[in-house]
Amino acid sequence: METVIEKTNVNVDIEALRKEIIKEENIVFKKTIGLTDNPLSYCPGCGHGVVHRLIGEVCEEMEIIQDVIAIAPVGCSVFAYDFFNLDTQSAAHGRAPAVATGVKRTMPDKYVFTYQGDGDLAAIGTGETIHAANRGENITIIFINNGIYGMTGGQMAPTTLLNMKSSTSPYGREMDVHGYPLNITDMIAPLRGVCYATRQSVHTPANVRKAKAAIKKAFEYQKLKKGLSIVEIMSNCNSGWKMTPVQSNKWMEENMLENFPLGDIKVPQDK
Amino acid sequence: MAKARGLVEILFDTCKGCELCVNACPFNVLQLSDQVNAKGYHPSMMVNPESCTGCASCAMVCPDSVITVYRVK
Ligand SMILES: Cc1ncc(C[n+]2csc(CCOP(=O)(O)OP(=O)(O)O)c2C)c(N)n1
Ligand code: SF4
Ligand code: SF4
Repeated sequence: METVIEKTNVNVDIEALRKEIIKEENIVFKKTIGLTDNPLSYCPGCGHGVVHRLIGEVCEEMEIIQDVIAIAPVGCSVFAYDFFNLDTQSAAHGRAPAVATGVKRTMPDKYVFTYQGDGDLAAIGTGETIHAANRGENITIIFINNGIYGMTGGQMAPTTLLNMKSSTSPYGREMDVHGYPLNITDMIAPLRGVCYATRQSVHTPANVRKAKAAIKKAFEYQKLKKGLSIVEIMSNCNSGWKMTPVQSNKWMEENMLENFPLGDIKVPQDK
Repeated sequence: MAKARGLVEILFDTCKGCELCVNACPFNVLQLSDQVNAKGYHPSMMVNPESCTGCASCAMVCPDSVITVYRVK
């Protein structure tokens, strides 16, 4: 494994520091075994990678890597099967909740989750999303909302903000022409089949930790057969938004979170 | 209380130089290197290693899991 520490402050003896600190027993964070060694195909700084890692970490910590089946979407995360160290099935565009329904019903002891973008889940897959939720399928949906179709070149999605520019709304999204941004997690949360609906983000270290806790909770509710759980995760598409990764996370905080406020929308009511 | 002491190791050729860790570090430990890696990116590296506390903020926001964090307990 290659590492780099080649330039440091002149008066620091980096080798002595390394000798003292770089030891197996001092490791507080390393890459999860829930992911493969394949390099991710995502753009630098894309939130997809962070969410992949969190799912891998949760599966590792719950010791369920052998018991999870992921359903991958169409979108930038179409190659998720190369990155999750989990059994994975790809679905046609938007159909992941339908595929997950079949997989979960035939293998009810497995943890089954879909991983979907906002184009996949909230546009072409709206029907599958709503009906899987309404049937109360005992699956988990991990929903990556970056407000745009990333893979195909940054076209407007149902989640695109008003006035937000995209390749198909070059002057910004207009209500009169394109309608309002669709907040699908709030929309399905009241359905009786949904046990847990929450919106998180991965733009700061603190938010990343909260998002991980939410994914863990969703898997735990699935184990308890509580119904469908959906974890929406706000994420940047820095390429589609035409910003640097750092700018895009800042822009998300300043613009997206007003329309898509973070926090739990529905939590299970214990009987 | 003595400050916690840490260090990070960053995979040179896997890092995509997105700079999120540089921005997330509360102690300005990291910067993008002048060197170019195999992928053509300027990877992140430590420039103030003695300031690192091993808080793992950098690793939290890293999309490519290229950072390993050490802390002396
Ligand atoms: C049936 C069908 N229609 C359209 C497409 C083209 N297509 C590929 S990915 C995509 C949108 C992906 O956007 P999103 O789900 O938001 O994922 P992201 O790439 O942003 O992660 C579209 C429309 C397709 N592959 N299949
Ligand atoms: S196009 Fe957007 S969503 Fe896709 S990998 Fe790049 S930054 Fe991520
Ligand atoms: S572990 Fe904390 S202090 Fe050390 S480089 Fe990472 S963010 Fe900075």
